Amino acid sequence: MRYLPLTEADRRDMLATVGVDSIDDLFVDVPDAARHTGLVDLPLAMGELAVERRLSAMAARNVSAGSVPFFCGGGAYRHHVPAAVDHLIQRGEFLTSYTPYQPELAQGTLQYLFEFQTQVALLTGMEVANASLYDGATACAEAVAMAGRATRRRKSVLSGGLHPHYRAVCETYAQFTGETLLVQDPAPGGGEDLMVLVDKDTACVVVQNPDFYGEIRDYSELAEQCHRAGALLVVVVTEILSLGAIRSPGEMGADIVAAEGQSFGNALNFGGPYVGLFATREKFVRQMPGRLAGQTTDAEGRRGWVLTLSTREQHIRREKATSNICTNAGLCALAFTIHLSLLGEAGLTGLAQLNHALAVTAAERLAAVPGVALVNDSFFNEFALRLPRPAAGIVDALAERGVLAGVPVSRFYPDRAELADVLLVAVTETVTEDDIEQFARELAGELAEVLR
Amino acid sequence: MSEWSQALRAVGKNGGAGVATISGNRALQIEEPLLFEQDSPGHCGIDLPEPPPVKSRLGGLERRGAIGLPGLSEPQVVRHFTRLSQKNYAIDSGMYPLGSCTMKHNPRLNEKMARLPGFGDVHPLQPVQTVQGALELIDTLAHWLKTLTGMPAVALSPAAGAHGELCGIMTIRAALEARGNPRRRILVPESAHGTNPATAAACGYTVEAIPADATGRVDTAALKGALGPDVAALMLTNPNTCGLFERDIIEIAEAVHAAGAFFYCDGANFNAIVGRVRPAELGIDALHINLHKTFSTPHGGGGPGSGPVVLAAELAAFAPVPWIVHAENGFALVESETGVAADAIGRLKGFHGQMGMFVRALTYMMSHGADGLRQVAEDAVLNANYLRVLLQDVMSVSFPGTCMHEVLFDDRFLRDSGVTTLDFAKAMIDEGFHPMTMYFPLVVHGALLIEPTETESKASLDQFATVLRGLIGRIKAGDTASFAAAPQLTPRRRLDETGAARKPVLRWRPEPVHQAAAE
Repeated sequence: MRYLPLTEADRRDMLATVGVDSIDDLFVDVPDAARHTGLVDLPLAMGELAVERRLSAMAARNVSAGSVPFFCGGGAYRHHVPAAVDHLIQRGEFLTSYTPYQPELAQGTLQYLFEFQTQVALLTGMEVANASLYDGATACAEAVAMAGRATRRRKSVLSGGLHPHYRAVCETYAQFTGETLLVQDPAPGGGEDLMVLVDKDTACVVVQNPDFYGEIRDYSELAEQCHRAGALLVVVVTEILSLGAIRSPGEMGADIVAAEGQSFGNALNFGGPYVGLFATREKFVRQMPGRLAGQTTDAEGRRGWVLTLSTREQHIRREKATSNICTNAGLCALAFTIHLSLLGEAGLTGLAQLNHALAVTAAERLAAVPGVALVNDSFFNEFALRLPRPAAGIVDALAERGVLAGVPVSRFYPDRAELADVLLVAVTETVTEDDIEQFARELAGELAEVLR
Repeated sequence: MSEWSQALRAVGKNGGAGVATISGNRALQIEEPLLFEQDSPGHCGIDLPEPPPVKSRLGGLERRGAIGLPGLSEPQVVRHFTRLSQKNYAIDSGMYPLGSCTMKHNPRLNEKMARLPGFGDVHPLQPVQTVQGALELIDTLAHWLKTLTGMPAVALSPAAGAHGELCGIMTIRAALEARGNPRRRILVPESAHGTNPATAAACGYTVEAIPADATGRVDTAALKGALGPDVAALMLTNPNTCGLFERDIIEIAEAVHAAGAFFYCDGANFNAIVGRVRPAELGIDALHINLHKTFSTPHGGGGPGSGPVVLAAELAAFAPVPWIVHAENGFALVESETGVAADAIGRLKGFHGQMGMFVRALTYMMSHGADGLRQVAEDAVLNANYLRVLLQDVMSVSFPGTCMHEVLFDDRFLRDSGVTTLDFAKAMIDEGFHPMTMYFPLVVHGALLIEPTETESKASLDQFATVLRGLIGRIKAGDTASFAAAPQLTPRRRLDETGAARKPVLRWRPEPVHQAAAE
């Protein structure tokens, strides 16, 4: 087997050195009843070529995003990832190293985590960020839990504009932690009064910007109201590129930002792995979940990096830890950092403008299709359309016509009839003006057929 | 003799630690400032087209000031990250015997497969008829995991081992609630990973630690004594973090079940038994599998991981969504707690789990096959025992007898030498090895936990043992000053972790503009 260096002769020699007759003698502690003799009922070993054939056949059964006009978003966005990103993250020194527990052997990882933390803090307008969490949805649940710790309160208010998966993860966690969640109904394009739900027991209010339906809102006033009530404002961002164009959560007064960082450096990957971003104010740093890289000096006084404030974490604090999290999204965070380094201030601004301009072009063109209405007043690179028919059927039909037209909101809310006609459409720099034209034409054709 | 030639002679003796250079660089070790210290304002490493002219629809919430990101060209960025990479140790560069972390070779075929456009460039919310191959891959992975563990169900969405624990304990709690009483306590052996008690606490349980016995295994009598009608579950790692198989595991499972509790197993060390022992036959009700340990998906400097949880029939109904089900015309996704998934605990993660890791793990499993995976466990166990025997006369093995995939030493062999476990580990760094896991598990003093994995050759193990024996020889000869000073040959010497925590600097900030300069 190509991945196993021991030869049969090695094994014989080593068993002799160990002083046993056979490998079975090293498994003596396994109870007889549990010893599996013979092989499990699975295929035998395969060479590279055979494995490649088998998996390529599976991959070929999927419609890849790059092969068609593509408009899906809803918390995962198809952006162009520069070639250098994927090349650099596959360097073995990054790919095949572990958590930097021995800092003298991991200055590379620690320095990029420090750079990542700085980039995330700058983008979100916050003071500090951690070294990443699993994804945006779990980061959101961690934010709710942290707000509870910081305020010693047990109730949180969730906006109806929050991504339904984020809301669902918060609800799942809360069932077990005993926190109360007050969740608003989804209302695409509409406003909501969250403050009526806030009282002296409220730990935080969770909103999303742009919200799940793409609407951009100013939460400055909400932040002030929350603070007057002793509650924290958590702002979720699922399209981190939007912060290249719009005002940051920090500037609006957010206390915690929980975000999805997939848009920078990370492919769609059918939903994961992605990279959860988590940023907050300096005063809450000891309440944060997850790893933190920090600056220090070595024995010769030179600047260097270590993991720090570990006394918050499970490997030190065990059941008293701020979170049970151990792993971060290391390599995805690296991809994020490299992509954002290539963009820089100018590239980020330019890419955000390009996304917005293409989205405006698409929104205007699609809203001109008879029977189609744009729901949003404002948006960045994703907006909601109201169709004259259930969106799920239209999306399936357009997929047959070779266009992946977006995400029907009914996929998240199958029981809400009032949302059945709503379609989310995301437009990134990977979309061409021809793609938009083809989408509009096929949509018009399909609607003409169903409305006939 | 000139100063330079004296310095060169010194290189031969101490490897060059004493040579000063003009640049501060040392050959392949090149100093690299932060990105933020290399800013060419306005510069960019990506060329973008002009956007079409449109009227802004940002609702008047345009960004007002600069963010403060540095501008760099592509060559600067490539060089920056290449230099950073050269400051890392990796399994690609040498033996990385971190106990309980399973640093094995990461096959590159895994990477190639995960990047096929049909897997990498597929959106999680595309219509299901356009992602049948992706669902087939997940379903195939589920089949392999269920077959290898003998368990009837698997929840695939957990993002890492600790997330899998959360999934398992939530599922157990839901099953107990369905019976009418979630109960209050979870029993966790002292040798467990920190994530176990943290998980139990996150699910609203009180944690009770169970001591180890003299053989390094859970004290069965103490465990039985702690069981009671308010115990929800036992969380046991097997093989445990001392590298030992829990001999009484079937008896323990029976006692746990007799008390009406569930048996959760931390599967971090499944690599020791894969293909030889099926957890279902040990009486386990739920077990997470770290795909990044047993099934070789890369650790990536700390993630991403993936932690599927196999479940007994009694827990299966509570598995979180999404579920993949076989429907009339192919695979379908159940994404909310309805229909067959009506009893699901909810959702643990956005979308469908760590697909990129699923592709890599399945690639690895298919490469090894049923025969190769069994050989993986056997070679991992043989390698650990081989090291145990090569080192047991000079180091102090914590518990007698054969071990599984890792061998635990404690610091008795360093007693009265003035050298600590930490010093010993740092000295290994100068010898070109990543140290073993230090000070874990907590059940022995100054733990040194060595896990070579099956992907080390005999020559590599021999060299490792020779180096450790040499270091111990140096200690015996009284040459201990070099241990306190180690490492000396790394890009940085020992780093001040206490200082870092006392006054945390967690991000770069621009140098404050000097008062005089501003005036």
